[in-house]
Amino acid sequence: MSRSVSSLPRRSFLKLLGAGGLMLSMPTLASDMPLLYSQGDALMSDGVLQITPSGEIVFLMPRAEMGQGTNTGLTMLIAEELDTPPEMITVLHAGVGEEYKNPLFGMQMTGGSTSIMAHFEPLRKTAATAREMILQAASEQLNMDPGSLSIRDGKLWFAEKSYGLGDFVTRASQLQPPENVVLKANGNLRFIGKKQKRIDALAKVTGKARFGIDVGSPSGDTVINASDQNIPNLKRAALLRCPVIGGTVKSVNADAVKNLEGVQQVVPIFNGVAVVAEHYWQAKKALAELQVEWDLPELAKHSSADIRKTFEAALSEEGQTAFEQGDSKAAIASANKKHSADYHVPYLAHATMEPMNCTVWLQDDVADIWVPTQGPDASQSVASEYCDVPRDNIRVHSTFLGGGFGRRVNQDYVAEAVAIAHASGLPIQLVWSREDDMRNDFYRPAASARMSAAINDAGKIDAWDVTRVGPNITGYTIDEMAGMFLPEFLPGGFVDWISKRGHGVFENWTVDHSSIEGLWEEYSIANKTVRQVTVDPGLRLGFWRSVGHSFSGFFKEGFFDELAIVAEEDPLAYRLSHCDDMPRLAAVLKKAAEMSNWQDREKLAVKGRFLGIAGVFSFNSYVAQVAEVSVEAGQIKVHKVYCAADCGRVINPDGVAAQLEGGIIFGLSAALSGSITLKDGAVEQGNFHDYPVVRMPEAPEIDLHIMPSTQAPTGAGEPGVPPIAPAVANAVFAATGQRLRELPLRLA
Amino acid sequence: MIEFQLNGEPVSVDLPADTPLLWIIREHFQLTGSKFGCGMGLCGACTMHVDGVASRTCITPIAAVAGKAVTTIEGLGSDENLHPVQEAWLEHNVPQCGYCQPGQIMSASALLANNPKPDDAAIDAAMSGNICRCGTYPRIKKAIKSVAAVQHFDPATVSEPQVAGGES
Repeated sequence: MSRSVSSLPRRSFLKLLGAGGLMLSMPTLASDMPLLYSQGDALMSDGVLQITPSGEIVFLMPRAEMGQGTNTGLTMLIAEELDTPPEMITVLHAGVGEEYKNPLFGMQMTGGSTSIMAHFEPLRKTAATAREMILQAASEQLNMDPGSLSIRDGKLWFAEKSYGLGDFVTRASQLQPPENVVLKANGNLRFIGKKQKRIDALAKVTGKARFGIDVGSPSGDTVINASDQNIPNLKRAALLRCPVIGGTVKSVNADAVKNLEGVQQVVPIFNGVAVVAEHYWQAKKALAELQVEWDLPELAKHSSADIRKTFEAALSEEGQTAFEQGDSKAAIASANKKHSADYHVPYLAHATMEPMNCTVWLQDDVADIWVPTQGPDASQSVASEYCDVPRDNIRVHSTFLGGGFGRRVNQDYVAEAVAIAHASGLPIQLVWSREDDMRNDFYRPAASARMSAAINDAGKIDAWDVTRVGPNITGYTIDEMAGMFLPEFLPGGFVDWISKRGHGVFENWTVDHSSIEGLWEEYSIANKTVRQVTVDPGLRLGFWRSVGHSFSGFFKEGFFDELAIVAEEDPLAYRLSHCDDMPRLAAVLKKAAEMSNWQDREKLAVKGRFLGIAGVFSFNSYVAQVAEVSVEAGQIKVHKVYCAADCGRVINPDGVAAQLEGGIIFGLSAALSGSITLKDGAVEQGNFHDYPVVRMPEAPEIDLHIMPSTQAPTGAGEPGVPPIAPAVANAVFAATGQRLRELPLRLA
Repeated sequence: MIEFQLNGEPVSVDLPADTPLLWIIREHFQLTGSKFGCGMGLCGACTMHVDGVASRTCITPIAAVAGKAVTTIEGLGSDENLHPVQEAWLEHNVPQCGYCQPGQIMSASALLANNPKPDDAAIDAAMSGNICRCGTYPRIKKAIKSVAAVQHFDPATVSEPQVAGGES
């Protein structure tokens, strides 16, 4: 079915460039931002899609490529309407601009598994509009019937004769854009829905892909468009921070450092002391010679053992009501069959493979920053707060991200780098060590939950009651983001005052959705209550792949499994009997069960392998997983994971598959080994020996099924994470009879 | 002055002997394909071949490679002439963020040069030093097996034979 698209705003839809290229922005978004880049072909960047006079199709990628495959997926949408393979389209990381905002967030954030769902139609309309304008210009210029012309494989075709697209862009850019554009009919799709290889794979297997950490060495590829080849006199910086996040410098003695080879400057900044040197290794080594006394923050009073006790005590508090339907308390009080259990998860670090880094060149009234970021506009805003350059004069050059998982939403490393460049007067690249990264994250919150339920005489769950204890992410995000949304003329103190209100809002007024999401939505139960008790030791928090679902999936699906046992029902059948309002969840549960031969699992048990099942609805997608597990000598081994997923209509099936595989393995690290602990406020872990993650020998075989669907596309990057921990815990119960209610999973 | 071979060319550097090879390759020779990940030899992002052995160069002092042959991802293959392991990585659409992949490819190519037909246990052992947070392990394993399955693959054309196991 084709759809006609009407009422596109004319404003900012096209612009005649100096060199005569055709430039289009996404509909409804303005494009009046300053030009950020230029290239040899007089290519300019204040747009999303450009076709240059030489016929090059250039797509300014509005989302960050952090591994989730957005460069490929979004380029496929452009490719489809131009009938041109994605490989023939030049993809550049966009700078900061109105037209690059995520339509769902109103800012340039990449996160929440939204990139495909937010851009599916707008980008296709943009490309379809370019197609129609070039066809019209060509028909006028060649004096031919427009119906006899087509665009394919980067060229304009008349029968067997082809012309470069660039021949027509000058004329096209003078035309009125069409009122309506017709997207390609579903039956004629050439790329959407078909397996597409990643367009960035070649750069990534040859070492040419340019990450933030590679800026400053000119050998990288030109995949990004930043003119970073010649940062004059670039120095490398390392930063010594307080062992407790939030601590500040009381005194510093840098005598032993200043004369070390290569050291240029030692500069105190807001949270530590930086060494700026000719080379990174010199800066890094010099940090060990600094003598610093710290003023410790409140957080220094807290250690993990005390935090756990406080959480457990708070489980019996009333807290704030987050969701209420019926009267779960009364139903539980009067029930003959009831069950209650407490669940716990620890703080977690993101541990992206590329440690945080940022490269800064401040000049008199302009600044350039090169940064692997999930929010270039947030990078720009934070940068302006740490130097004298106005926000709009800061050019943000995005790079590939060596992993994001939510970590690079936060901009602390940008603030540090800009502060060091400002204090030293030198262009610098700040590189974090792994220990810096592990100990200065914005962590996935620790959380506890008291889960209670009543089972009625028919054997169905009649009441569901959850109290979640723990801190809230959003207040910490408001701290960082307030500056971006408030006018620049407001005094800094006012911005601080506003930002600090975020925490109070979630303690006294409303419940942070990310604290309780996923705790009640799926199953049809008459009486449900979810409460939040905020207890926050003060360790800063951030979005961690799948956010609240990363713990609520474990709480809900682990406890549901317990209820099936209490009701003496099959865990799969028991879930299905409570799925009245979630037919798509029921469908993936059935599919995963079928793939794993769930009904015959006793035959598998004879061989020492046991199955556990879990299903979670998150990011508008439905994912069920069955884990095949053995337990030998107290060791949990996950051999195989069967996964069925319904992510709506799929653009690139192999891309979705890769995200689900990755989500399972990311979640498995949390299930088996992830834990960040505090001692006197300091994070105890520092590197991969004490924060182990899944490696090749622990990685299970994965059998995937993606449900065919004509529904709107939904999330893929995150929904693979939540079901794996409960699926494994439920399998461990099947294997051992031990119900593990705490992550990481440890047998008694 | 320390002399060694870098991707087949003789080179020399005059730097403190304890400077890790990784930073010299990245900053002095400006070859940035080899990545910094942990600084303790725990993640494998910095893996290069030193005389054919997959080595964690974030903990390899420059003095240790004097007179030896160092191969980085840039020396393994090129866009026009990819190493069979790189070809297999493309075929199986392995990379996600891609940051760890040069190190993964250097470990896999050293494994296959030493053991052209590795079984699962050999693959697990050789690749256990390389972390991928995106979770590309299942595809890496398939890609390695696909190279091993190719009969005419001749390890002698791509790397010196290994003389010992890599550093962990």
